[in-house]
Amino acid sequence: MTPEMKGFILVSVVKLVVVFTFVMILVAYATLLERWIAAWIQDRVGPNRAGPKGLFQPLADGLKNILKEEVIPGGASKVLFVIAPAISLMAALMIPLTIPWAAPIPLEFDVTLPLLGRIVHHGSTAAAVTVLPIGFLYVLAVSSVGVYGIALGGWASNNKYSLMGGLRATAQMVSYEVAMGLSVIPVLLLVGNVSFVEIVTAQQQGPFGWLVLPLGLSAFIFLVSGFAETNRVPFDMPESESELVAGYHTEYSAMKFSAFMIAEFAAMVTISMMFTTLFLGGWDIPGTHWDEAGGMAQFLLTAVVFFTKCLLFLFLFMWVRWTLPRFRYDQLMALGWKVLIPMGLAYVLFVAVAVWVVDGPLGVTSVAARSGLLFLFNVPVLAFVFRVLDRGRLIRGSSIRSPAPAPRRARAA
Amino acid sequence: MAIGVKVMHRPGSEASYVRATLKGMALTFRHLFRPKITMQYPEERSTETWTISPRWRGTHRMLTDEQGRSKCVACGLCPQICPANCIKLVPGEDEDGNRYPLIYEIDEFRCVFCGYCQEVCPEEAIHVGVHYENAEYERGRFVYDLERLSAQTHPVSSLWDPTDPRGE
Repeated sequence: MTPEMKGFILVSVVKLVVVFTFVMILVAYATLLERWIAAWIQDRVGPNRAGPKGLFQPLADGLKNILKEEVIPGGASKVLFVIAPAISLMAALMIPLTIPWAAPIPLEFDVTLPLLGRIVHHGSTAAAVTVLPIGFLYVLAVSSVGVYGIALGGWASNNKYSLMGGLRATAQMVSYEVAMGLSVIPVLLLVGNVSFVEIVTAQQQGPFGWLVLPLGLSAFIFLVSGFAETNRVPFDMPESESELVAGYHTEYSAMKFSAFMIAEFAAMVTISMMFTTLFLGGWDIPGTHWDEAGGMAQFLLTAVVFFTKCLLFLFLFMWVRWTLPRFRYDQLMALGWKVLIPMGLAYVLFVAVAVWVVDGPLGVTSVAARSGLLFLFNVPVLAFVFRVLDRGRLIRGSSIRSPAPAPRRARAA
Repeated sequence: MAIGVKVMHRPGSEASYVRATLKGMALTFRHLFRPKITMQYPEERSTETWTISPRWRGTHRMLTDEQGRSKCVACGLCPQICPANCIKLVPGEDEDGNRYPLIYEIDEFRCVFCGYCQEVCPEEAIHVGVHYENAEYERGRFVYDLERLSAQTHPVSSLWDPTDPRGE
C-alpha cells in the first residue's frame, strides 16, 4: 500500500468518525431542543433538571433506554423485529456522509508512524466523508431503504396498529419520494451536475446564487416532502397517536424504540443538511468570496455557518410540529399525488423553458444575471401557487368530492 | 349516507390555508418568548404572586402548654363532630381530677380535612395545619398518635371567620 493510499484511508476514517459523532450529538441534542421548544411554545419551562439547565437530559434518556427491559411480543417475527430499527437507523445515518459540511480542509502531512509506516497526504480534502459523483441519486436510493425499517418493524410486531402505521408510512414515503425527486430536478437542470460538491460550488456565484431564490417553488416542494419523508407533524400519520396508539413502534421498547427515535431525528438532521446544501448554498457564506480561498480559518468558519443553517431548519421542523395539526390521510395523499407531483412536473417544464429562454434567445452569459432573471420569473409563479394553495382549491376536504345528498324524506315520526 | 353523515359545506372563497398557517406560526413564535410562570417547586415554595393560603387545612397538629403537655382535655367533642370518624379518643383522668387523653389518634387517610375538629375544640388544642407534604413508606404511618401530633411544628390554619369573610 502506498503512503498516499494510507493517508487517504486515514483521513477518510477520521472524517467518518467526526461526522458520525457530530450527527449523533446533534441528534441527541435535537431531542432536547424538541422538548424545550415544545415547552416554550406551550408556556412551560421544559427539561431543566438533569445537569445545568437540563443539558445532560439526552444522557439521562440514553442511559434509561439502555437499562430498560427489551420486550419482544409473543407473536412477533423475532429476527425482523430486531433488524427493523437497525435498518431505519442505518439508512438515516448513511446520508450525511456525502454532504460537504465545510470548505475543503487544507491538509499536508508526511509522517512516519509506528505500525502504520509512512503516511502522506497532499493538497486539500473535501469536508465530506466521500465525494460521490452521483451525489443526489445516492441520497434518493438510501432514503428509500429507511422505509423498509418502518414497514418491517410494523409488520413484525404482530399488532394491528403497528401494521397500519407501517403501511401508512410506506405509502406516504413512497408517494412523497416522487415529489422530492421531482423538486430536485430543477436544481440539477440549473447546476448541470448531481454531485453535492458541484451544487454548492454553483451556488457560490452572484447575489442570486442560492438556489432558493431562482428555484423557490422547488425549495417549497422539497421542504413539504421533507416533512412527509421524516414522518413529522403535520404528516405524522405513521404514528398518529390518536388513531394508532404509537403506529409502527407501538410494540417497541427500550433501546430498540430509541433506535427508531434516533432514526427519525437523524432523518430530520439529514433533510436539514440536504435543504441547506441544495437550496441555501451549503457552507457558503453569503456576500463574500473569502470562504472559497481555502485555509484552516475558512474551513472552521464555513463549518459553523453550515451547522447554523442546519439548526435553523431543525428549529423550523420543531416550530411547525408544535403549531400545525395533523393532516387527514386522504388529504395527505391528495396533497402528494394531486398537488405536489403535478406541480413538480410542471415546474420542471417551467424551469427547463426558462433556462432555455435565458440561455438561448436572451443570450445571457453572466451567472448572476441568469439566476437573477430566473428569480424574476419565479415571483409570479410563487405568488400564483400560494394564492391557489391558500384558497384550498387543491387540498379541500371531502365535501367537494361528494355532492351534497338531496335532503331525505323525513323519517316516519 | 344511510347513517346520516353530515357533510359540511364550507365556502371556498373564504378559506385560507397558507395565511392561516403563517398566522399560527407567528402566534407560536411569540409564545416562545413569553415569561414562564412555572414555579420550581422543591426549591421555590412560594413566589411573589403565589403563596399558600393561611386558611389551608392540612395535616393536624396538637398544641401543648408550657409544661409540654397537650392542651387536650379529652372532652370528646372532636370525635363527635368528625364527619369522617377518623379521630380515636380514649379519655383518662389523673389524681387531681384533670381529664387528659390516654389515646388520641387521627387517621390522616380517613380525614377529609374539613377543619371541624379545630372549630369545635374548646381548648384550642387540635388544629389543622398549613402543611401539604405528606409522604411515608407505609400506610400505618399515616395514623398520627398524640406524640406525633404534638411534635408537628408547621403553622396552624386560621379558619374562616364569619365576621371577616375575606380574611382581612
